Amino acid sequence: MQSQTQLPVNPEPNIEKTSTQEERGISPFRLAFRRFLKNKAAVVSVFVLFLIILSCILAPLLTDHDPIQYDLTKIEQGPSSEHPLGTDSSGRDNFSRLLYGGRISIIIGFSAMLFTLVIGVTLGAIAGYYGGKVDNIIMRITDVFMILPFLVLVLVIVAILEKVTVGIFVTVIALTSWPSLTRIVRGTFLSLREREFVLGAKAIGCSDFRIIFRHFIPNAIGPIVVNATLMVASYIVAESGLSFLGFGVPQPTPTWGNMLSEALNIRIMQYHPEAWIPPGLMILLTVLCINFIGDGLRDAFDPKSNKR
Amino acid sequence: MAVTEVVEKEKTSQETILEVRNLKKYYPIKGGILRRTIGHIKAVDGVSFSVYRGETLGIVGESGSGKSTLGRTILRLEKPTEGQVVFEDKDLTNMRNRELRPIRKDMQIVFQDPYGSLNATMNVQQLLEEPLIVQTNLSKKERQELVDEMLEKVGLRPQDRMKYPHEFSGGQRQRIGIARALILHPKFVVCDEPVSALDVSIQAQVLNLMSDLQDDLHLTYLFISHDLSVVKHFSDRVAVMYLGHIVEIGDKKDIYNNPLHPYTQALLSSVPTVEKGKKREKIVLKGDLPSPANPPSGCPFRTRCPLAHEKCAQVLPELKEKGKDHFVACHLHN
Repeated sequence: MQSQTQLPVNPEPNIEKTSTQEERGISPFRLAFRRFLKNKAAVVSVFVLFLIILSCILAPLLTDHDPIQYDLTKIEQGPSSEHPLGTDSSGRDNFSRLLYGGRISIIIGFSAMLFTLVIGVTLGAIAGYYGGKVDNIIMRITDVFMILPFLVLVLVIVAILEKVTVGIFVTVIALTSWPSLTRIVRGTFLSLREREFVLGAKAIGCSDFRIIFRHFIPNAIGPIVVNATLMVASYIVAESGLSFLGFGVPQPTPTWGNMLSEALNIRIMQYHPEAWIPPGLMILLTVLCINFIGDGLRDAFDPKSNKR
Repeated sequence: MAVTEVVEKEKTSQETILEVRNLKKYYPIKGGILRRTIGHIKAVDGVSFSVYRGETLGIVGESGSGKSTLGRTILRLEKPTEGQVVFEDKDLTNMRNRELRPIRKDMQIVFQDPYGSLNATMNVQQLLEEPLIVQTNLSKKERQELVDEMLEKVGLRPQDRMKYPHEFSGGQRQRIGIARALILHPKFVVCDEPVSALDVSIQAQVLNLMSDLQDDLHLTYLFISHDLSVVKHFSDRVAVMYLGHIVEIGDKKDIYNNPLHPYTQALLSSVPTVEKGKKREKIVLKGDLPSPANPPSGCPFRTRCPLAHEKCAQVLPELKEKGKDHFVACHLHN
């Protein structure tokens, strides 16, 4: 190289050595967070959802009634100062059931999401990272699980087991819904695999584990977070729907769906709207908020997706 | 001039750091309902050459000639279909990833795209520290010292350490990429079109930086580029690739002053010159690069060669030495 002549350029033209203080960089996540804050619907939704979750957590402070304790002397009462939303057909306090039921519904939504996330991301990551035969095998298994009809499976499990617990319910949801997330993660990983920075990580000698966790997952976090958020909403709806039909978490455990199933009784439907409108509204509000947050996250992580 | 010649003589007597023997990289083409292999893209098709310690070997060729694939296959980022890559007397061809890992310390790559080659979720500190974490047992403090030293070497401000790639310009990012490749003090670096994505003014800066670092760290470069003038400026020896084959390889002076292969001649004639009275006749090639999935029989260049004759369609010409260290694969020179 000694034979080479230097081109006449200023070696460090862009570099101003003025301040010596370390400057904080703006990470892509921080940028996404800033974009998220600009989305009003999403920010309001975060606030509302926070209030809903907070009131469910603080249920013991907000009501003195046990949501499971029945009192056959106070069946189907209207709103009163003692029972703001009246009582149900077993004399249980509706307000208390609304708050405690929110706990169960939201816990089901979030824990099913976490469970799905673990299965979906792990399998999707392995399939997308290694490709080839491994990918083929995992995707065929995914196909098999994809054709398992959620509803039929739930009905069968409810028929076999006498008592469906929250844990079993969450497991069933997760086992039937991981395939779609697996496909999303796999697809994202497959496209990342072709990127030069991944080759660069390989050239440095990073282990597969390190490449997956330090290079793939941070770059795939957008689609994963967005889908996880939207999954929570759909699981809450699934739980409510099944409980409404009587195939969800069985009574006396309070859930919003279980409260709605009370309205299957024509008397309550007609004369006690205060018993079933609030849980219906709560489901609507929660799902709406989560969907708005999901949309906000999608726009924040991928600002180009929303340019119309 | 005299000094230059002495230096170059010294170089040719140097030892081989890398030897590539009959390297092939074929990508299968899948088709049909059963996704069976119905053909191959012959990206690199039987390439042999050596790289000497301390030199810069330039690889030129048009898009699709297999330059980048060659670089990546040498580093075992792609598994070769056939042939051997011997780096410092170690045959890398059939090594497992685990065995390759310690060797990767000595061979690095600088990529073309300064936007796609850095992980956008890591800041400069993390990007530069990663090779040290993966390859060495240095303490956090020692790593920090090396990162600071490297930042200074490539001309980046240490106070920008916590910034992320999207906060830098293309030239600065390429400096980060170079710093990341060189922080382990490798012996051999594949430069895969390191400046072709940059503005011309920035190109010169980055090239000068790379050449300073070469002197500093005693690096050997494999410099891949489609820009003939950059290669002329930067390389000691030059190899010309066409459709997965090396058609001519030799000293920079020989290749540029006395090109023997018709393809090299055509390539060089396309470079605009500013020198007065030195106007070369422009050789315009007919047609496009043939598909590497279905290359011509015999000499790969015969479909576009103005001097092609019967033998060219039948026999693949081998690299033959014409003059000192100047090899050419053409039937006209046998």
